[in-house]
Amino acid sequence: MSAPPLPAVSRVTRALPIPAGAGLARMVVLRNVTSFRHGWIALISGFFEPVLYLFSLGVGVGALVPSVTTDRGSVVTYAAFVAPALLAASAMNGAVFDSTFNVFFKLRYAKLYDGMLATPLGPRDVAVGEIAWSLGRGGIYSGLFLLVAVLAGLVHSWWSLLGLPAAVFIAFAFAAVGMFATTFMTSWVHFEYVTLAIQPMFLFSATFFPLSTYPGLLQWLVRLTPLYHGVALERGLLLGEVGAGLLWHVGYLLALGLVGVLGAARRIEGLLLR
Amino acid sequence: MTSTSTPYAGREAPGPRPPLARGERMGSVVAYFVDVYRRVWRGSIIGRFLSPLMFLLSMGLGLGTLVDRSSGGVDGHTYLHFVVPAIIATQAMWVALGESTYQVRSYFKYNRMYDAMLATPLSVTDVLVGHLLTVAAHLTVATVVFVAVAALFGGFASWTVLLAVPVAVLTGLAFAVPIFGFSSRSDGDDGFNILFRLVITPLMLFSGTFFPVSQLPLVLQPVAWATPLWHGVELSRAAAYGRTDLWPCLGHLAVLLVFVGAGWVYTLRGYTKALVR
Amino acid sequence: MRSLPFGTVVRVTANGSATPAERPTRRRPAPTSGPILLARGLRKTFGEFTAVDGIDVEVQAGESFGFLGPNGAGKSSTMRMVGAVSPVSGGELRIFGLDPASDGPAIRARLGVCPQTDNLDDELTVEENLWIYGRYFGLSRAQVRERAAELLEFAQLTDRAGDKVEPLSGGMKRRLTIARSLINNPELLLLDEPTTGLDPQARHVLWDRLFRLKRSGVTLVITTHYMDEAEQLCDRLVVMDHGRIVAEGSPRDLIARYSTREVLELRFDADDQAAPAAALAGVGERLEVLPDRLLLYAHDGDAALSAASARGIRPLSALVRRSTLEDVFLHLTGRTLVD
Repeated sequence: MSAPPLPAVSRVTRALPIPAGAGLARMVVLRNVTSFRHGWIALISGFFEPVLYLFSLGVGVGALVPSVTTDRGSVVTYAAFVAPALLAASAMNGAVFDSTFNVFFKLRYAKLYDGMLATPLGPRDVAVGEIAWSLGRGGIYSGLFLLVAVLAGLVHSWWSLLGLPAAVFIAFAFAAVGMFATTFMTSWVHFEYVTLAIQPMFLFSATFFPLSTYPGLLQWLVRLTPLYHGVALERGLLLGEVGAGLLWHVGYLLALGLVGVLGAARRIEGLLLR
Repeated sequence: MTSTSTPYAGREAPGPRPPLARGERMGSVVAYFVDVYRRVWRGSIIGRFLSPLMFLLSMGLGLGTLVDRSSGGVDGHTYLHFVVPAIIATQAMWVALGESTYQVRSYFKYNRMYDAMLATPLSVTDVLVGHLLTVAAHLTVATVVFVAVAALFGGFASWTVLLAVPVAVLTGLAFAVPIFGFSSRSDGDDGFNILFRLVITPLMLFSGTFFPVSQLPLVLQPVAWATPLWHGVELSRAAAYGRTDLWPCLGHLAVLLVFVGAGWVYTLRGYTKALVR
Repeated sequence: MRSLPFGTVVRVTANGSATPAERPTRRRPAPTSGPILLARGLRKTFGEFTAVDGIDVEVQAGESFGFLGPNGAGKSSTMRMVGAVSPVSGGELRIFGLDPASDGPAIRARLGVCPQTDNLDDELTVEENLWIYGRYFGLSRAQVRERAAELLEFAQLTDRAGDKVEPLSGGMKRRLTIARSLINNPELLLLDEPTTGLDPQARHVLWDRLFRLKRSGVTLVITTHYMDEAEQLCDRLVVMDHGRIVAEGSPRDLIARYSTREVLELRFDADDQAAPAAALAGVGERLEVLPDRLLLYAHDGDAALSAASARGIRPLSALVRRSTLEDVFLHLTGRTLVD
């Protein structure tokens, strides 16, 4: 039971486009937690996938590529090079999957949100609840992955502790944009466009080889992609290559997330309250 | 063709009607799936044609630069030549999965097209063979297109890579045939989740695709030998390298055929159980 | 005692008079003294298309009120506006005396909604559906558990409590949806075609449950295109067509006003009904020519049949029956198929 906020507070939160202080969003999270208890397999597999990638690339490709020189100049093992990238990529994948595929299904097929909106819940509660859930789950995955990386001896810097909030931050940026995109989708065919955006980023955002591998012009193209900034941020933190330059990556992702949140908030209300 | 016009007329006449030949029955099933695909093919372009190309560029050229610089390629071949045949086999696995999981489930459960087909003179075998023939056609087209594109990037050492096309079709069927049966039996999403994330992803990562199986810890190597993807990758690689060691190739071929054969028995049983109630 | 979501301003004080109070209250508002539902010139448009074209409706507490109409008449659009999820395009709408535009959450907190198609949560079990839904109303864990147990009993689903929703039969899902709509102990229950697609047994079970609710004092607003359902459940109803109200009254009133006491149905062994129709001129109140039969509206059906026989009319079959709401409905909204 929550006490109603002060009128002044509620007036401010209503004026903001950012859905702050919505009252019952935690019930949407509760719904997802309850549902997820039945889908424990998805929970386990969501953790295993990046770990399998790490093992495969670290052990297998690591034998072919004994050491990598990062774009910031350190020389590290291939496993240590690829681990931060996998952390960023799995944060992106989880967030995008949740905010596009799952939201689309609930919105258009299961009509779950219609049921929720027949109660005192408003669109803002739905949006905040869904995003909070997605970030919470993504945070747990990222935490477990970091733990595996520590146990595998791939992490040497105390800065890696920031790798976890950074992963949640990356997930937030992608979830916001993903949800914005979902509000424009009308058919499953449109998910091909999601794949079209995600897969090249996964393969080309300096994830599996350093940026310096690309010819000059392509390097600039890669720098434009959001995942590149996520990967560079995580790599800087996990390898202890920390400098003011990392703030650029934070700024890029923050801007992306804000565009997504504002866009999604504007669109979702019109979509749900016809 | 006066001889065929007679059964057509007889098929809407009162009384006993002329039966359909096997080719007619399976042909009509194939015609249905081709018709459906003509409407949705745009949606599969990315997964089918762009995705393997992106793997070629990223792994073959990007990661390949690192590998060739550090260790001079793999077993005397450039990393690009090593990895492209593996992408051919892996793509076949993905195409097979795309056609045999959620799609098959929807024919059982949602639009119930199988039920509709069995309400006509078609049998379970007709429906199953017709559908699998369509999958084989998908595999052929996807592989031919990718081989042609990869050739433009210098992905192969030998023209014998053409043999990789039938190999890829067979590899794909080694997945599609048993997974059709799996889909006929599963009803929740858990089954597919396990399949995709705990079976298929590990297969893609550990079947000698991006690095030789010999790099794996010794205990894991026999696991790779038991998977159809590894045999498909090895055969495909033999074709692309122009290798002529006959016996290992026959061994790989035999394993893939066993997957298709055993899968057929398992799948036909599953289909019969699900459709003939 | 429960709190309303994010500081909703409740504008009704204990004595029922509306005040412009800004003071958030944690007290449940006293029952509204005016009509539970009030619409004046209510409109809903989607771009160029007008779904609801200026309707006036008033529903009092404890009443059971029906919206009748063919598909596309504007019933569901009206229901969504009343449910405070669809913005009003024009006119005035008050539910519990509150404006849905500004007090949506406060209104919905007191509503139960059973939508046209079940939107149950397939990923949850039967009882979890009730628990979670109750939590959306801000009810406590203990409250929803207690209430869910009662409602499962009410919906005859107690022995399926732990099962997943998906394999349930259509009737069970419908009962669960109705049970779910009651989790917050609503004062007003909105039922959009509650029994469409159910078999006769399931319909009668549902009618029984709805009748019990009505007796316990819940206000019901129902849309339906089943005339027997409207006659069973509604004290008063409106017939809608093309977004407008074309008739209003109790089922009995409407039959008296727009039909006759009895109807004589005549079938002939002929493709053309014109000849017998001409011969029947003057018999009964009104004659309707359908492709396969003639309907003769009359106060005394047997007398009309004798009159027809006296004129030498020899039908293949003749049936005298009581006039129903269906006759009113078809008379008012026409017989052409609407899609």
